[in-house]
Amino acid sequence: MDALWDGLKEALRLIGTGDAGLREVAWRTIVVSGSATLLALLAGVPAGYALARARFPGRTILIGLVNTGMGMPPVVIGLVVWLFLVRSGPFGDLNLIYTKRAMVIAQFLIATPLVVGFTAAAVQALPPQLPDLLQHLGAGRLASLWITAKEAHLGILAAVMAGFGAAISEIGASMTVGGNLQGETRVLTTAIVTESSRGQNAEAIALGLVLLVMAFGVNLLLTVVQQRRAA
Amino acid sequence: MRRSFATRRRFALLAPFALFAALFAFPACGGDDDDDVVATATAAATLAPTGTPSPTPTPKLGGSMILATTTSTQDSGLLDVLVPMFTKEMGVEVKVIAVGTGAALEMGAKGDADAVLVHAPASEKKYVDQGDLVEGVLVMHNDFIIVGPAGDPAKAKGSADLKAALVAIAAAGPFISRGDDSGTHKAELQLWKDAGIDPKAAVKDRAETGQGMGATLNVADQRLAYTLTDRATFLAQSKNLKLIVVFEGASSLLNIYHGYVVSPTKFPKVQAAQARAFLAFLIAPETQKVIGEFKKAEFGQSLFIPDAGKRVEDLGK
Repeated sequence: MDALWDGLKEALRLIGTGDAGLREVAWRTIVVSGSATLLALLAGVPAGYALARARFPGRTILIGLVNTGMGMPPVVIGLVVWLFLVRSGPFGDLNLIYTKRAMVIAQFLIATPLVVGFTAAAVQALPPQLPDLLQHLGAGRLASLWITAKEAHLGILAAVMAGFGAAISEIGASMTVGGNLQGETRVLTTAIVTESSRGQNAEAIALGLVLLVMAFGVNLLLTVVQQRRAA
Repeated sequence: MRRSFATRRRFALLAPFALFAALFAFPACGGDDDDDVVATATAAATLAPTGTPSPTPTPKLGGSMILATTTSTQDSGLLDVLVPMFTKEMGVEVKVIAVGTGAALEMGAKGDADAVLVHAPASEKKYVDQGDLVEGVLVMHNDFIIVGPAGDPAKAKGSADLKAALVAIAAAGPFISRGDDSGTHKAELQLWKDAGIDPKAAVKDRAETGQGMGATLNVADQRLAYTLTDRATFLAQSKNLKLIVVFEGASSLLNIYHGYVVSPTKFPKVQAAQARAFLAFLIAPETQKVIGEFKKAEFGQSLFIPDAGKRVEDLGK
Protein backbone atom coordinates (compact mmCIF):
# COMPACT_ATOMS: atom_id res chain seq x y z
CA MET A 1 0.00 0.00 0.00
CA ASP A 2 2.85 2.36 0.92
CA ALA A 3 4.41 1.97 -2.50
CA LEU A 4 1.13 2.85 -4.18
CA TRP A 5 0.51 5.87 -1.95
CA ASP A 6 4.08 7.20 -2.16
CA GLY A 7 4.04 6.61 -5.90
CA LEU A 8 0.82 8.54 -6.24
CA LYS A 9 2.13 11.48 -4.18
CA GLU A 10 5.36 11.63 -6.17
CA ALA A 11 3.37 11.30 -9.38
CA LEU A 12 1.19 14.29 -8.49
CA ARG A 13 4.31 16.28 -7.59
CA LEU A 14 5.88 15.48 -10.98
CA ILE A 15 2.72 16.45 -12.81
CA GLY A 16 2.24 19.55 -10.65
CA THR A 17 5.74 20.86 -11.30
CA GLY A 18 5.36 20.19 -15.04
CA ASP A 19 8.39 17.87 -15.15
CA ALA A 20 10.17 18.51 -18.46
CA GLY A 21 10.72 14.83 -19.27
CA LEU A 22 7.08 14.04 -18.60
CA ARG A 23 5.86 16.92 -20.78
CA GLU A 24 8.14 15.88 -23.62
CA VAL A 25 6.94 12.25 -23.61
CA ALA A 26 3.29 13.34 -23.34
CA TRP A 27 3.62 15.74 -26.25
CA ARG A 28 5.32 13.11 -28.42
CA THR A 29 2.53 10.66 -27.61
CA ILE A 30 -0.09 13.15 -28.82
CA VAL A 31 1.86 13.91 -32.00
CA VAL A 32 2.37 10.24 -32.91
CA SER A 33 -1.07 8.90 -31.97
CA GLY A 34 -2.81 12.05 -33.26
CA SER A 35 -1.07 11.75 -36.66
CA ALA A 36 -1.93 8.07 -36.86
CA THR A 37 -5.57 8.73 -35.99
CA LEU A 38 -5.82 11.58 -38.49
CA LEU A 39 -4.43 9.41 -41.28
CA ALA A 40 -6.66 6.53 -40.21
CA LEU A 41 -9.65 8.86 -40.50
CA LEU A 42 -8.66 10.16 -43.93
CA ALA A 43 -8.30 6.60 -45.17
CA GLY A 44 -10.87 4.84 -43.03
CA VAL A 45 -13.95 7.05 -43.37
CA PRO A 46 -14.08 6.95 -47.20
CA ALA A 47 -13.23 3.25 -47.14
CA GLY A 48 -15.93 2.55 -44.55
CA TYR A 49 -18.43 4.55 -46.57
CA ALA A 50 -17.55 2.66 -49.73
CA LEU A 51 -17.73 -0.66 -47.94
CA ALA A 52 -21.20 0.16 -46.63
CA ARG A 53 -22.63 1.45 -49.91
CA ALA A 54 -20.90 -0.41 -52.71
CA ARG A 55 -21.81 -3.90 -53.90
CA PHE A 56 -18.94 -5.87 -55.42
CA PRO A 57 -17.71 -9.46 -55.40
CA GLY A 58 -15.77 -10.31 -52.27
CA ARG A 59 -17.43 -7.55 -50.23
CA THR A 60 -18.44 -9.92 -47.46
CA ILE A 61 -14.91 -11.29 -47.24
CA LEU A 62 -13.55 -7.74 -47.07
CA ILE A 63 -15.97 -6.87 -44.25
CA GLY A 64 -14.86 -10.03 -42.48
CA LEU A 65 -11.24 -8.96 -42.85
CA VAL A 66 -12.01 -5.49 -41.48
CA ASN A 67 -13.81 -7.02 -38.50
CA THR A 68 -10.83 -9.28 -37.85
CA GLY A 69 -8.54 -6.25 -38.14
CA MET A 70 -10.59 -4.51 -35.44
CA GLY A 71 -9.46 -7.18 -32.99
CA MET A 72 -5.95 -7.70 -34.32
CA PRO A 73 -3.36 -7.75 -31.52
CA PRO A 74 -1.19 -4.62 -31.99
CA VAL A 75 1.94 -6.62 -31.24
CA VAL A 76 1.32 -8.75 -34.36
CA ILE A 77 0.99 -5.62 -36.48
CA GLY A 78 4.16 -4.31 -34.83
CA LEU A 79 6.03 -7.48 -35.69
CA VAL A 80 4.93 -7.39 -39.34
CA VAL A 81 5.79 -3.68 -39.71
CA TRP A 82 9.15 -4.36 -38.04
CA LEU A 83 9.91 -7.19 -40.47
CA PHE A 84 9.10 -4.90 -43.41
CA LEU A 85 11.03 -1.86 -42.20
CA VAL A 86 14.07 -3.45 -40.56
CA ARG A 87 17.32 -3.05 -42.45
CA SER A 88 17.28 -6.62 -43.77
CA GLY A 89 13.59 -6.33 -44.71
CA PRO A 90 12.02 -5.30 -48.05
CA PHE A 91 11.73 -1.59 -47.11
CA GLY A 92 14.96 -1.43 -45.12
CA ASP A 93 16.45 1.19 -47.44
CA LEU A 94 13.82 3.74 -46.41
CA ASN A 95 15.53 3.94 -42.99
CA LEU A 96 12.18 4.18 -41.25
CA ILE A 97 12.79 1.63 -38.51
CA TYR A 98 13.08 3.11 -34.98
CA THR A 99 11.57 6.44 -35.99
CA LYS A 100 8.31 8.17 -35.11
CA ARG A 101 7.19 7.60 -38.71
CA ALA A 102 7.44 3.86 -38.20
CA MET A 103 5.28 4.21 -35.11
CA VAL A 104 2.73 6.27 -37.04
CA ILE A 105 2.58 3.56 -39.71
CA ALA A 106 2.00 0.82 -37.12
CA GLN A 107 -0.62 2.81 -35.20
CA PHE A 108 -2.28 3.78 -38.48
CA LEU A 109 -2.63 0.09 -39.33
CA ILE A 110 -4.05 -0.59 -35.86
CA ALA A 111 -6.54 2.29 -35.92
CA THR A 112 -7.73 2.06 -39.54
CA PRO A 113 -9.76 -1.17 -39.29
CA LEU A 114 -11.58 0.33 -36.28
CA VAL A 115 -12.38 3.51 -38.20
CA VAL A 116 -13.48 1.54 -41.30
CA GLY A 117 -15.63 -0.82 -39.22
CA PHE A 118 -17.35 1.88 -37.17
CA THR A 119 -17.93 4.08 -40.23
CA ALA A 120 -19.36 1.21 -42.28
CA ALA A 121 -21.69 0.27 -39.44
CA ALA A 122 -22.82 3.88 -39.03
CA VAL A 123 -23.46 4.35 -42.75
CA GLN A 124 -25.32 1.07 -43.01
CA ALA A 125 -27.56 2.14 -40.16
CA LEU A 126 -28.80 5.08 -42.26
CA PRO A 127 -32.07 4.71 -44.22
CA PRO A 128 -31.25 2.69 -47.37
CA GLN A 129 -33.21 5.14 -49.52
CA LEU A 130 -30.87 8.03 -48.65
CA PRO A 131 -28.53 7.82 -51.70
CA ASP A 132 -31.40 7.75 -54.18
CA LEU A 133 -33.18 10.53 -52.32
CA LEU A 134 -30.07 12.72 -52.49
CA GLN A 135 -29.80 12.00 -56.22
CA HIS A 136 -33.37 13.04 -56.85
CA LEU A 137 -32.86 16.22 -54.85
CA GLY A 138 -29.99 16.99 -57.20
CA ALA A 139 -27.17 16.89 -54.63
CA GLY A 140 -23.71 16.73 -56.18
CA ARG A 141 -21.14 14.08 -55.39
CA LEU A 142 -19.39 16.00 -52.60
CA ALA A 143 -22.63 17.39 -51.23
CA SER A 144 -24.19 13.97 -50.86
CA LEU A 145 -21.05 12.58 -49.24
CA TRP A 146 -21.10 15.48 -46.80
CA ILE A 147 -24.79 15.00 -46.00
CA THR A 148 -24.26 11.27 -45.47
CA ALA A 149 -21.31 12.00 -43.18
CA LYS A 150 -23.43 14.45 -41.19
CA GLU A 151 -26.21 11.90 -40.88
CA ALA A 152 -23.72 9.27 -39.70
CA HIS A 153 -21.73 11.62 -37.44
CA LEU A 154 -22.51 9.78 -34.20
CA GLY A 155 -20.90 6.66 -35.55
CA ILE A 156 -18.01 8.50 -37.19
CA LEU A 157 -17.13 10.28 -33.94
CA ALA A 158 -17.27 6.91 -32.22
CA ALA A 159 -14.84 5.74 -34.92
CA VAL A 160 -12.46 8.62 -34.07
CA MET A 161 -12.59 7.76 -30.37
CA ALA A 162 -12.03 4.06 -30.97
CA GLY A 163 -9.12 4.73 -33.36
CA PHE A 164 -7.40 7.25 -31.09
CA GLY A 165 -7.99 5.07 -28.04
CA ALA A 166 -6.41 2.08 -29.74
CA ALA A 167 -3.44 4.11 -31.00
CA ILE A 168 -2.61 5.88 -27.74
CA SER A 169 -3.01 2.88 -25.44
CA GLU A 170 -1.11 0.49 -27.69
CA ILE A 171 2.30 -0.67 -26.52
CA GLY A 172 3.60 -3.77 -28.31
CA ALA A 173 3.89 -2.22 -31.76
CA SER A 174 5.32 1.08 -30.49
CA MET A 175 7.98 -0.81 -28.56
CA THR A 176 8.90 -3.03 -31.51
CA VAL A 177 8.99 -0.54 -34.37
CA GLY A 178 9.90 2.58 -32.36
CA GLY A 179 12.56 0.94 -30.20
CA ASN A 180 11.56 3.01 -27.13
CA LEU A 181 14.44 5.43 -27.75
CA GLN A 182 14.84 8.04 -25.05
CA GLY A 183 14.10 11.54 -26.34
CA GLU A 184 13.07 10.16 -29.72
CA THR A 185 10.48 7.42 -29.86
CA ARG A 186 9.62 6.89 -26.19
CA VAL A 187 5.90 7.45 -25.68
CA LEU A 188 3.76 7.22 -22.55
CA THR A 189 3.05 3.48 -22.73
CA THR A 190 6.62 2.40 -23.47
CA ALA A 191 7.95 4.86 -20.87
CA ILE A 192 5.69 3.20 -18.28
CA VAL A 193 7.26 -0.19 -19.06
CA THR A 194 10.77 1.27 -18.87
CA GLU A 195 10.20 3.05 -15.57
CA SER A 196 8.51 0.10 -13.91
CA SER A 197 11.24 -2.32 -15.01
CA ARG A 198 13.73 0.13 -13.48
CA GLY A 199 11.77 0.14 -10.25
CA GLN A 200 10.83 3.83 -10.68
CA ASN A 201 7.24 3.28 -9.62
CA ALA A 202 6.40 6.94 -8.96
CA GLU A 203 7.45 7.95 -12.47
CA ALA A 204 5.49 5.02 -13.88
CA ILE A 205 2.35 6.06 -12.01
CA ALA A 206 2.79 9.68 -13.09
CA LEU A 207 3.05 8.62 -16.73
CA GLY A 208 0.02 6.38 -16.30
CA LEU A 209 -2.02 9.23 -14.83
CA VAL A 210 -1.05 11.54 -17.69
CA LEU A 211 -2.07 8.84 -20.18
CA LEU A 212 -5.43 8.41 -18.48
CA VAL A 213 -6.10 12.14 -18.29
CA MET A 214 -5.09 12.57 -21.92
CA ALA A 215 -7.31 9.73 -23.16
CA PHE A 216 -10.18 11.02 -21.03
CA GLY A 217 -9.71 14.60 -22.23
CA VAL A 218 -9.80 13.68 -25.91
CA ASN A 219 -12.79 11.40 -25.46
CA LEU A 220 -14.64 14.00 -23.37
CA LEU A 221 -14.11 16.59 -26.08
CA LEU A 222 -15.37 14.25 -28.79
CA THR A 223 -18.30 13.12 -26.64
CA VAL A 224 -19.33 16.74 -26.05
CA VAL A 225 -19.27 17.36 -29.80
CA GLN A 226 -21.13 14.12 -30.43
CA GLN A 227 -23.86 14.69 -27.89
CA ARG A 228 -24.39 18.35 -28.75
CA ARG A 229 -24.94 17.48 -32.40
CA ALA A 230 -27.17 14.61 -31.39
CA ALA A 231 -29.35 16.87 -29.22
CA MET B 1 -27.62 7.29 -62.70
CA ARG B 2 -26.63 3.95 -61.24
CA ARG B 3 -23.39 3.84 -63.18
CA SER B 4 -22.11 7.15 -61.94
CA PHE B 5 -22.59 5.88 -58.41
CA ALA B 6 -20.52 2.81 -59.15
CA THR B 7 -17.60 4.86 -60.50
CA ARG B 8 -17.68 7.06 -57.46
CA ARG B 9 -17.43 4.05 -55.20
CA ARG B 10 -14.39 2.82 -57.01
CA PHE B 11 -12.64 6.12 -56.31
CA ALA B 12 -13.56 5.87 -52.67
CA LEU B 13 -12.01 2.42 -52.52
CA LEU B 14 -8.73 3.77 -53.89
CA ALA B 15 -8.46 6.42 -51.18
CA PRO B 16 -6.80 4.26 -48.51
CA PHE B 17 -4.03 3.21 -50.86
CA ALA B 18 -3.32 6.77 -51.94
CA LEU B 19 -3.16 7.78 -48.30
CA PHE B 20 -0.80 5.04 -47.38
CA ALA B 21 1.54 6.32 -50.07
CA ALA B 22 1.16 9.85 -48.70
CA LEU B 23 2.12 8.59 -45.27
CA PHE B 24 5.73 8.19 -46.29
CA ALA B 25 5.86 11.85 -47.11
CA PHE B 26 4.09 12.84 -43.89
CA PRO B 27 5.91 15.88 -42.49
CA ALA B 28 4.68 16.16 -38.89
CA CYS B 29 7.14 13.64 -37.54
CA GLY B 30 9.82 13.45 -40.16
CA GLY B 31 13.56 13.72 -40.17
CA ASP B 32 13.60 17.48 -39.51
CA ASP B 33 12.77 17.28 -35.84
CA ASP B 34 15.16 14.40 -35.31
CA ASP B 35 17.92 16.99 -35.36
CA ASP B 36 16.20 18.78 -32.50
CA VAL B 37 16.20 15.52 -30.63
CA VAL B 38 19.95 15.21 -30.97
CA ALA B 39 20.26 18.81 -29.83
CA THR B 40 18.13 18.03 -26.79
CA ALA B 41 20.19 14.97 -25.96
CA THR B 42 23.36 17.02 -26.29
CA ALA B 43 21.94 19.70 -24.05
CA ALA B 44 21.04 17.03 -21.51
CA ALA B 45 24.59 15.73 -21.64
CA THR B 46 25.92 19.18 -20.85
CA LEU B 47 23.74 19.27 -17.75
CA ALA B 48 24.53 15.70 -16.73
CA PRO B 49 26.29 15.50 -13.38
CA THR B 50 28.86 13.00 -14.62
CA GLY B 51 31.41 15.71 -15.34
CA THR B 52 32.43 14.92 -18.89
CA PRO B 53 35.90 16.19 -19.76
CA SER B 54 36.07 19.14 -22.11
CA PRO B 55 35.78 17.78 -25.64
CA THR B 56 38.92 17.61 -27.71
CA PRO B 57 38.56 19.55 -30.97
CA THR B 58 38.34 16.42 -33.17
CA PRO B 59 36.13 16.78 -36.24
CA LYS B 60 32.66 15.39 -35.56
CA LEU B 61 31.72 12.23 -37.39
CA GLY B 62 27.94 12.73 -37.55
CA GLY B 63 25.37 10.27 -38.83
CA SER B 64 23.45 7.72 -36.81
CA MET B 65 23.81 4.10 -35.77
CA ILE B 66 21.85 1.27 -34.18
CA LEU B 67 23.25 -0.32 -31.03
CA ALA B 68 21.66 -3.66 -30.12
CA THR B 69 22.26 -4.36 -26.47
CA THR B 70 20.97 -6.05 -23.36
CA THR B 71 18.27 -4.93 -20.98
CA SER B 72 20.77 -4.71 -18.11
CA THR B 73 22.75 -1.86 -19.67
CA GLN B 74 19.47 -0.01 -20.20
CA ASP B 75 17.66 -0.88 -16.95
CA SER B 76 20.68 0.11 -14.86
CA GLY B 77 20.70 3.52 -16.57
CA LEU B 78 24.33 3.24 -17.72
CA LEU B 79 23.61 3.92 -21.39
CA ASP B 80 21.54 6.99 -20.48
CA VAL B 81 24.84 8.43 -19.27
CA LEU B 82 27.24 7.08 -21.91
CA VAL B 83 25.20 7.64 -25.08
CA PRO B 84 24.69 11.42 -24.60
CA MET B 85 28.45 11.74 -23.88
CA PHE B 86 29.24 9.96 -27.15
CA THR B 87 26.67 11.95 -29.12
CA LYS B 88 28.12 15.18 -27.78
CA GLU B 89 31.66 14.15 -28.61
CA MET B 90 31.15 12.72 -32.10
CA GLY B 91 27.80 14.09 -33.26
CA VAL B 92 26.56 10.54 -33.87
CA GLU B 93 22.98 9.75 -33.00
CA VAL B 94 22.74 6.32 -31.32
CA LYS B 95 19.53 4.30 -31.46
CA VAL B 96 19.77 2.00 -28.46
CA ILE B 97 17.65 -1.12 -28.90
CA ALA B 98 17.55 -2.93 -25.56
CA VAL B 99 16.66 -6.58 -26.06
CA GLY B 100 18.01 -9.84 -24.67
CA THR B 101 21.53 -10.85 -25.65
CA GLY B 102 20.13 -13.61 -27.89
CA ALA B 103 18.00 -11.13 -29.84
CA ALA B 104 20.83 -8.58 -29.97
CA LEU B 105 23.19 -11.19 -31.46
CA GLU B 106 20.52 -12.16 -34.02
CA MET B 107 20.13 -8.51 -35.04
CA GLY B 108 23.88 -8.47 -35.59
CA ALA B 109 23.77 -11.68 -37.61
CA LYS B 110 21.18 -10.15 -39.99
CA GLY B 111 22.93 -6.82 -40.30
CA ASP B 112 20.00 -5.08 -38.58
CA ALA B 113 22.33 -3.31 -36.14
CA ASP B 114 25.68 -1.56 -36.48
CA ALA B 115 27.21 -2.48 -33.14
CA VAL B 116 26.29 -4.86 -30.33
CA LEU B 117 27.10 -4.73 -26.61
CA VAL B 118 26.36 -8.13 -25.08
CA HIS B 119 27.25 -10.44 -22.20
CA ALA B 120 27.22 -14.10 -23.24
CA PRO B 121 30.81 -14.96 -24.31
CA ALA B 122 29.98 -18.59 -25.16
CA SER B 123 27.17 -17.57 -27.55
CA GLU B 124 29.13 -14.64 -28.96
CA LYS B 125 31.84 -17.03 -30.14
CA LYS B 126 29.52 -18.60 -32.73
CA TYR B 127 28.76 -15.22 -34.34
CA VAL B 128 32.42 -14.22 -34.28
CA ASP B 129 33.35 -17.54 -35.96
CA GLN B 130 30.68 -16.98 -38.63
CA GLY B 131 32.20 -13.56 -39.32
CA ASP B 132 28.99 -11.65 -38.41
CA LEU B 133 30.64 -9.80 -35.55
CA VAL B 134 34.12 -8.33 -35.85
CA GLU B 135 36.60 -6.20 -33.95
CA GLY B 136 35.43 -7.37 -30.51
CA VAL B 137 36.58 -5.50 -27.43
CA LEU B 138 36.30 -6.35 -23.74
CA VAL B 139 34.40 -3.43 -22.20
CA MET B 140 33.52 -4.19 -18.58
CA HIS B 141 32.21 -6.81 -16.20
CA ASN B 142 30.17 -7.17 -13.11
CA ASP B 143 28.86 -10.37 -11.61
CA PHE B 144 25.79 -12.46 -11.33
CA ILE B 145 24.38 -13.10 -7.89
CA ILE B 146 21.78 -15.52 -6.65
CA VAL B 147 19.04 -13.76 -4.72
CA GLY B 148 16.15 -15.20 -2.78
CA PRO B 149 13.44 -14.52 -0.19
CA ALA B 150 14.49 -12.94 3.10
CA GLY B 151 14.04 -16.14 5.15
CA ASP B 152 16.17 -18.20 2.72
CA PRO B 153 14.03 -21.35 3.11
CA ALA B 154 16.45 -23.38 0.97
CA LYS B 155 19.34 -22.53 3.34
CA ALA B 156 21.44 -21.61 0.30
CA LYS B 157 23.23 -18.88 2.21
CA GLY B 158 26.52 -20.08 3.59
CA SER B 159 26.80 -22.94 1.10
CA ALA B 160 30.40 -24.12 0.70
CA ASP B 161 30.38 -23.55 -3.04
CA LEU B 162 28.15 -22.58 -5.94
CA LYS B 163 27.16 -26.18 -6.67
CA ALA B 164 25.99 -26.74 -3.10
CA ALA B 165 23.92 -23.55 -3.25
CA LEU B 166 22.30 -24.63 -6.54
CA VAL B 167 21.55 -28.11 -5.20
CA ALA B 168 19.88 -26.60 -2.14
CA ILE B 169 17.77 -24.23 -4.27
CA ALA B 170 16.82 -26.95 -6.77
CA ALA B 171 15.51 -29.10 -3.92
CA ALA B 172 13.54 -26.35 -2.17
CA GLY B 173 12.40 -24.02 -5.00
CA PRO B 174 10.71 -21.99 -6.28
CA PHE B 175 13.10 -20.55 -8.86
CA ILE B 176 12.18 -17.84 -11.38
CA SER B 177 14.09 -17.90 -14.68
CA ARG B 178 14.31 -15.16 -17.29
CA GLY B 179 13.45 -17.65 -20.02
CA ASP B 180 14.08 -15.02 -22.72
CA ASP B 181 17.34 -16.19 -24.31
CA SER B 182 19.10 -13.25 -22.68
CA GLY B 183 22.69 -13.35 -21.44
CA THR B 184 21.44 -13.90 -17.91
CA HIS B 185 19.18 -16.74 -19.05
CA LYS B 186 22.06 -18.37 -20.93
CA ALA B 187 24.25 -17.99 -17.82
CA GLU B 188 21.56 -19.58 -15.63
CA LEU B 189 21.24 -22.61 -17.93
CA GLN B 190 25.03 -22.99 -17.97
CA LEU B 191 25.18 -22.92 -14.15
CA TRP B 192 22.59 -25.72 -13.84
CA LYS B 193 24.47 -27.71 -16.48
CA ASP B 194 27.80 -27.30 -14.69
CA ALA B 195 26.17 -28.41 -11.44
CA GLY B 196 24.75 -31.51 -13.15
CA ILE B 197 21.14 -30.44 -12.57
CA ASP B 198 18.48 -30.60 -15.30
CA PRO B 199 16.68 -27.24 -14.96
CA LYS B 200 13.47 -28.46 -16.63
CA ALA B 201 13.10 -31.59 -14.52
CA ALA B 202 15.12 -31.32 -11.34
CA VAL B 203 14.46 -27.76 -10.11
CA LYS B 204 11.37 -27.57 -7.93
CA ASP B 205 8.77 -25.01 -9.10
CA ARG B 206 10.98 -23.38 -11.73
CA ALA B 207 9.05 -20.87 -13.86
CA GLU B 208 10.13 -18.67 -16.79
CA THR B 209 8.94 -15.08 -17.14
CA GLY B 210 10.18 -14.41 -20.68
CA GLN B 211 10.76 -10.81 -19.54
CA GLY B 212 13.62 -8.48 -18.65
CA MET B 213 15.62 -8.54 -15.42
CA GLY B 214 13.61 -5.83 -13.69
CA ALA B 215 10.29 -7.58 -14.29
CA THR B 216 11.75 -10.97 -13.35
CA LEU B 217 13.09 -9.62 -10.04
CA ASN B 218 9.62 -8.32 -9.25
CA VAL B 219 8.10 -11.73 -9.94
CA ALA B 220 10.70 -13.48 -7.77
CA ASP B 221 10.10 -10.94 -5.01
CA GLN B 222 6.35 -11.48 -5.03
CA ARG B 223 6.49 -15.26 -5.37
CA LEU B 224 9.14 -15.57 -2.58
CA ALA B 225 11.39 -17.26 -5.10
CA TYR B 226 15.09 -17.47 -5.96
CA THR B 227 16.52 -16.05 -9.15
CA LEU B 228 19.82 -15.27 -10.88
CA THR B 229 20.40 -11.58 -11.52
CA ASP B 230 23.19 -9.29 -12.58
CA ARG B 231 24.34 -7.16 -9.67
CA ALA B 232 23.73 -3.84 -11.45
CA THR B 233 20.02 -4.39 -12.03
CA PHE B 234 19.56 -5.85 -8.53
CA LEU B 235 21.20 -2.84 -6.85
CA ALA B 236 19.28 -0.39 -9.02
CA GLN B 237 16.01 -2.10 -8.07
CA SER B 238 16.83 -3.03 -4.48
CA LYS B 239 14.78 -0.30 -2.85
CA ASN B 240 11.62 -1.97 -4.15
CA LEU B 241 12.63 -5.54 -3.32
CA LYS B 242 12.70 -7.69 -0.20
CA LEU B 243 15.04 -10.20 -1.85
CA ILE B 244 18.46 -10.82 -0.29
CA VAL B 245 21.75 -12.01 -1.80
CA VAL B 246 22.14 -15.72 -0.97
CA PHE B 247 25.23 -16.56 -3.03
CA GLU B 248 27.96 -14.52 -4.71
CA GLY B 249 31.62 -14.51 -5.61
CA ALA B 250 32.26 -17.67 -7.68
CA SER B 251 34.40 -17.21 -10.78
CA SER B 252 31.70 -18.78 -13.00
CA LEU B 253 29.37 -15.97 -11.88
CA LEU B 254 31.36 -13.34 -13.77
CA ASN B 255 29.19 -11.33 -16.16
CA ILE B 256 31.40 -10.12 -18.98
CA TYR B 257 30.40 -7.48 -21.54
CA HIS B 258 31.96 -7.35 -25.00
CA GLY B 259 31.32 -4.86 -27.76
CA TYR B 260 31.45 -5.77 -31.47
CA VAL B 261 31.12 -4.08 -34.85
CA VAL B 262 28.67 -5.83 -37.16
CA SER B 263 30.70 -6.96 -40.16
CA PRO B 264 30.61 -4.22 -42.82
CA THR B 265 32.04 -6.60 -45.43
CA LYS B 266 29.14 -9.02 -44.89
CA PHE B 267 26.48 -6.29 -44.54
CA PRO B 268 27.31 -3.25 -46.70
CA LYS B 269 24.59 -1.12 -45.04
CA VAL B 270 26.38 -1.23 -41.68
CA GLN B 271 27.50 2.19 -40.45
CA ALA B 272 30.99 0.92 -39.71
CA ALA B 273 32.67 4.26 -39.00
CA GLN B 274 30.05 5.17 -36.40
CA ALA B 275 30.10 1.69 -34.85
CA ARG B 276 33.91 1.72 -34.61
CA ALA B 277 33.84 5.19 -33.08
CA PHE B 278 31.35 3.98 -30.45
CA LEU B 279 33.49 1.00 -29.46
CA ALA B 280 36.58 3.22 -29.35
CA PHE B 281 34.60 5.57 -27.12
CA LEU B 282 33.55 2.73 -24.78
CA ILE B 283 37.15 1.70 -24.10
CA ALA B 284 38.60 5.23 -23.97
CA PRO B 285 40.12 6.01 -20.53
CA GLU B 286 37.64 8.82 -19.72
CA THR B 287 34.64 6.62 -20.56
CA GLN B 288 36.06 3.71 -18.58
CA LYS B 289 36.39 6.02 -15.59
CA VAL B 290 32.72 7.05 -15.95
CA ILE B 291 31.70 3.37 -16.14
CA GLY B 292 33.61 2.58 -12.94
CA GLU B 293 32.12 5.55 -11.08
CA PHE B 294 28.57 5.00 -12.35
CA LYS B 295 26.18 5.07 -9.35
CA LYS B 296 29.08 4.14 -7.05
CA ALA B 297 28.19 6.91 -4.63
CA GLU B 298 24.56 5.80 -4.50
CA PHE B 299 25.17 2.10 -3.83
CA GLY B 300 28.58 2.15 -2.14
CA GLN B 301 30.00 -0.14 -4.84
CA SER B 302 30.57 -0.05 -8.58
CA LEU B 303 27.78 -1.48 -10.72
CA PHE B 304 30.25 -2.19 -13.54
CA ILE B 305 34.03 -2.74 -13.38
CA PRO B 306 35.79 -1.21 -16.42
CA ASP B 307 38.03 -3.75 -18.19
CA ALA B 308 39.45 -2.12 -21.32
CA GLY B 309 42.76 -3.66 -22.30
CA LYS B 310 42.47 -6.54 -19.81
CA ARG B 311 42.33 -10.23 -20.68
CA VAL B 312 39.18 -12.23 -19.93
CA GLU B 313 41.26 -14.85 -18.08
CA ASP B 314 42.49 -12.22 -15.61
CA LEU B 315 39.05 -10.92 -14.58
CA GLY B 316 37.87 -11.33 -11.01
CA LYS B 317 41.35 -12.05 -9.71
